[in-house]
Amino acid sequence: MSKQADYVLRTVQERGIRFIRLWFTDVQGFLKSVSISPQELETAFEEGMTFDGSSIDGYARVQEADMLAVPDPSTFQVLPWHDDEVVARMFCDIVRPDGSAFEGDPRTVLKRNLERASDLGYTFYVAPELEYFYFADSGPDPQALDHGGYFDLTPLDVAQEYRRKTINALEMMGIPVEHSHHEVAPSQHEIIVRYTDALTMADNIMSFRLTVKEVALEHGIYATFMPKPLERHDGSGLHLHLSLFRGEENVFHTPDDPTGLSPTGQQFVAGLLRHAREITAITNQWVNSYKRLVAGFEAPIYVTWAHNNQSALVRVPTAKRGKPASVRVEYRSPDSACNPYLALSLLIAAGLEGIEKGYELPEEVTGNVFAMSASERAEAGIERLPETLSEALDLMEGSALVRQALGGHVHDWFLRNKRKEWDRYQQHVSRFELETYLPVL
Amino acid sequence: MNAGLFPDECSEALATALALAGVVPKGISDLAALTPEMAADLDLLIVELGEEPMRRIRHISHTAETLGIPILAVIDAAQFPLVEGAAGVTDVIVSPPDAPEIGFRLRRMVNAGSGEGTISYEDLALNTLTYQALLSGVPLDLTFMEYELLRFFIDNQRRVWTREQLLSKVWGYDYFGGARTVDVHVRRLRSKLGEERAAWIHTVRSVGYRFG
Repeated sequence: MSKQADYVLRTVQERGIRFIRLWFTDVQGFLKSVSISPQELETAFEEGMTFDGSSIDGYARVQEADMLAVPDPSTFQVLPWHDDEVVARMFCDIVRPDGSAFEGDPRTVLKRNLERASDLGYTFYVAPELEYFYFADSGPDPQALDHGGYFDLTPLDVAQEYRRKTINALEMMGIPVEHSHHEVAPSQHEIIVRYTDALTMADNIMSFRLTVKEVALEHGIYATFMPKPLERHDGSGLHLHLSLFRGEENVFHTPDDPTGLSPTGQQFVAGLLRHAREITAITNQWVNSYKRLVAGFEAPIYVTWAHNNQSALVRVPTAKRGKPASVRVEYRSPDSACNPYLALSLLIAAGLEGIEKGYELPEEVTGNVFAMSASERAEAGIERLPETLSEALDLMEGSALVRQALGGHVHDWFLRNKRKEWDRYQQHVSRFELETYLPVL
Repeated sequence: MNAGLFPDECSEALATALALAGVVPKGISDLAALTPEMAADLDLLIVELGEEPMRRIRHISHTAETLGIPILAVIDAAQFPLVEGAAGVTDVIVSPPDAPEIGFRLRRMVNAGSGEGTISYEDLALNTLTYQALLSGVPLDLTFMEYELLRFFIDNQRRVWTREQLLSKVWGYDYFGGARTVDVHVRRLRSKLGEERAAWIHTVRSVGYRFG
């Protein structure tokens, strides 16, 4: 038994923990949990806990249903929102009964992609900006907390209190918060989490989403990461700040290049840009995601990079002088409802492809891309991100890079599942159509 | 004092010193086979390295880890390099041992053990046997590496440590991921310690960290 596992067993005993939740994630990024008792914990470490994989979206078919969840003791954490009893969680890796890694497990997919980075000597660090909304409930008519009818019942700063409690809970779980604020849209909030390695960050994003929802639930409201819940307001993005380290050295850093990036950093960004359209189905996986990627709001829609252009897909923030470690690039299209394991897998794969193939960074786009005509954009070689889930799926299906990074199992299942989602949406007659066409046609 | 002695047929010099110090040890015939049940009534162990020092040092580290019991190694002066930094060795005495000295050392080890292996800093207490941390008496939930880092800091206060030193001493040399790992864990510790106590861990610009 490893020292880490031993530490967990002792802590469970000393703290009188009665339930341990084993967490894992399905292909669409929903958190799954199996509760076990302390008596089962030692077996779980040694052999894993058996569960029916066919009941998890994107996992096994019925005939090969048996799966094992093997807890990762380094992720052991007591959950801060249970007052009456002590409950802890661990993230799991999913393996087959013969002990081989299960390729349908998103955490396993990310680990495989990070191994490729580590084989090249790189550690991949990520810091996210997470946006979400508070609503009165989860009904189909979202009521913001800080305007309209609901306002009367609620003091102005009540959402700040929820946010503060959320941040406290996150910090107690070892997820340090840099900064938080009320966002542009009514009832929208943003919390910026401090960087850590990509695997821990994907775990942290899962914990984050649950924490936000749990705290909201405790207060009788609803928190959502739906990409675009309010038609006339900004959607909820998940801006990802990425950096690549070789030991202590930030390989994106350069003292003097006008791009602010080393040649390796430039190639990494070139890789992100070249493959951006193919990976969008994963970074923006819902029909609704594409309602956020439209003109007139803060979300990017063109495949460009810039230092200080909020409409760029990739932003290279100007690093503070004398702080080479802070050099990073910000990838701005993902939304808060993506699967973080798969999204980070594709970002690292695209960036590394750029480095390995020596892609050249295109010109920075500083002007207003929205004001350009279609032909001007074509001339400048500026492409648009896919406009619908359907278009994104077509691009993903043809991408060797995405198939390689996700593995055939996840690639196939995702396309099949999302085509069905798109077909269902296509059959839907929307309020827009009824309001626009019915009176005049 | 209930002391265990390995090997049960020890050197005459050691047997004499123990007898003069009034210690009547229980002989252990096989250190590797010692179970927690068998060791339940023992306060400490005396292990004479003798003719097979490496093998016994290995057994000491294993025994200390599984039983959590203090161990006094009886060594030759030439064996100091072997026990330097060896895990599980609580204290050493050079052979042939002096009776008052071995008595003193054994009593001190038992008394230290009755402090229940607690190390503390201000209102923070770490129990090194159970791995539990209490902050003003309230359990503090740490991950294993957070615990180990905090323990290292408390054991080594008021000294500046570079990130590389911390990596090698707390994580071990084979850890892949680099010095930023240290920054990440320090930040996590600070957030768990809370605003008022976060400053216990000082960042020493362009060098590393200092605790206390």
